[in-house]
Amino acid sequence: MYPSPPLTQQPSQSQTFTPQRPNVQDGHLQSPDKDFSTQAVKLTLNQVNFFYGDRQALFKIDVEIIKNQVTSFIGPSGCGKSTLLRCLNRLNDLIEGARLEGTMLLDGVDINGPDVDITDLRTRVGMVFQKSNPFPKSIYENVAYGPRLHGIRNRGQLDQIVEEGLKGAGLWDEAKDRLHASALGLSGGQQQRLCIARALAVKPDVLLMDEPCSALDPVATAKIEELLFSLKQDLTVVIVTHNMQQAARVSDWTAFMYLGELVEFGLTKQIFTMPSKKQTDDYITGRFG
Amino acid sequence: MTQRHFDEELSDLKTKLLRMAGQAEEQIDQALTALVTRDSALARQVIERDHQVNALDVEIDEECIQLLALHQPAARDLRLVTTAMKIATELERISDLAENVCERAIELNEEPQLKPYIDIPLMGKMARGMVKESIDAFVKSDATLARKILTNDDYVDDLMEQLFRELLSFMLEDTRTISRAIRLSFIAKYLERIADHATNIAELVVYLVEGKIIRHTTPPGSS
Repeated sequence: MYPSPPLTQQPSQSQTFTPQRPNVQDGHLQSPDKDFSTQAVKLTLNQVNFFYGDRQALFKIDVEIIKNQVTSFIGPSGCGKSTLLRCLNRLNDLIEGARLEGTMLLDGVDINGPDVDITDLRTRVGMVFQKSNPFPKSIYENVAYGPRLHGIRNRGQLDQIVEEGLKGAGLWDEAKDRLHASALGLSGGQQQRLCIARALAVKPDVLLMDEPCSALDPVATAKIEELLFSLKQDLTVVIVTHNMQQAARVSDWTAFMYLGELVEFGLTKQIFTMPSKKQTDDYITGRFG
Repeated sequence: MTQRHFDEELSDLKTKLLRMAGQAEEQIDQALTALVTRDSALARQVIERDHQVNALDVEIDEECIQLLALHQPAARDLRLVTTAMKIATELERISDLAENVCERAIELNEEPQLKPYIDIPLMGKMARGMVKESIDAFVKSDATLARKILTNDDYVDDLMEQLFRELLSFMLEDTRTISRAIRLSFIAKYLERIADHATNIAELVVYLVEGKIIRHTTPPGSS
């Protein structure tokens, strides 16, 4: 069903994750609006282990992230979902004693390979954090910062990038008359969308979002969720969230993690109606975690 | 609202559904007794009691809608709430059909009995048994039992077919029997419909337990 080769699975490890392929033969899973055969895999994680010093945080994670779709990672605090997200653009490289095993392929290329330029990787895989963190500069400069670093000096070109970025993040109408005012004067929700605009300005392939709405009110949250639907036209989104309803609303795929293992991965609509593992069922019905 | 509170509400919902099922079964029992003993007073009681089952149907519906709105249940909780709503509708229809049996029984009692009632009480007993078993399967979350009920439906269908042929011979022989024979065949049809609703409940139980929607999946001509 997928154009990519299947992951190598070790059948003896029954406790670890077995990817569930959507079964298009199975009437109740079939969705008329989605043809799985045309979906390309953007990121492939194969038997990923991750250690903070001696402590292992991720255990044999196998997962395929589908291009132009939203994949959410859910699970109780400390289950490793943020660690996993941070591995995807090698933010964990900054942590002393951190060590990764296994392979993580972005469009078939190992992101931990010796030839990979980490700046290039982080340009392609952008990130938005829980707490909005705009630079103490103007709105315009926040968005133009990345492109400038990449050597774009032409004012007209920068203007265009800033406008596109702000439009992409749904902030243009609110910010166009105050582009040169300080970003810190924006509301929390606007600041978070500015951070998304800043990430979009360097035209990433993948956008990682770590609890992007947890500090926002319902209206600002709704705007960001709405944004995700338009963003996935152009890029692949991976989101970590504590808010299960949010995962259900915004994502096409859901991965449930527990104690550093990927317990279950599948179509969101399946995970939220008929999860195959009891642990997943218990977690999403609020019975543990 | 807390998880404990939510669990209590779910268990309340189940209890209410069981009470409704008990009432629907009672309605079938009384309707059959009213028919066989030619007791029109009892038949009228059954007709009057139907509104109690209707009231529970509305109550369960409202409760489920509230649970959906306030808790946004997922996975097995979601399946339970949506299934409960549908089962309530099936039970309400079952009670309506018991009421219909009583209406025909009252009409039949105005004329001499056409024939001894043998197959009809048998059909009624089978249909009622199917209702009870489907509710048992719901209580125990037993998909195997639920699947077994599906096969029973064919026996009820066969009995109705047999009864219809018998009534047809009465009507051919003596046209004065037509009105009674037609009323009896209506009753047979009502009981057959009760068995169908029990089958629907059993199919809902399979969904509740396994997440598979099995209704409308029988290939044409297989039953």
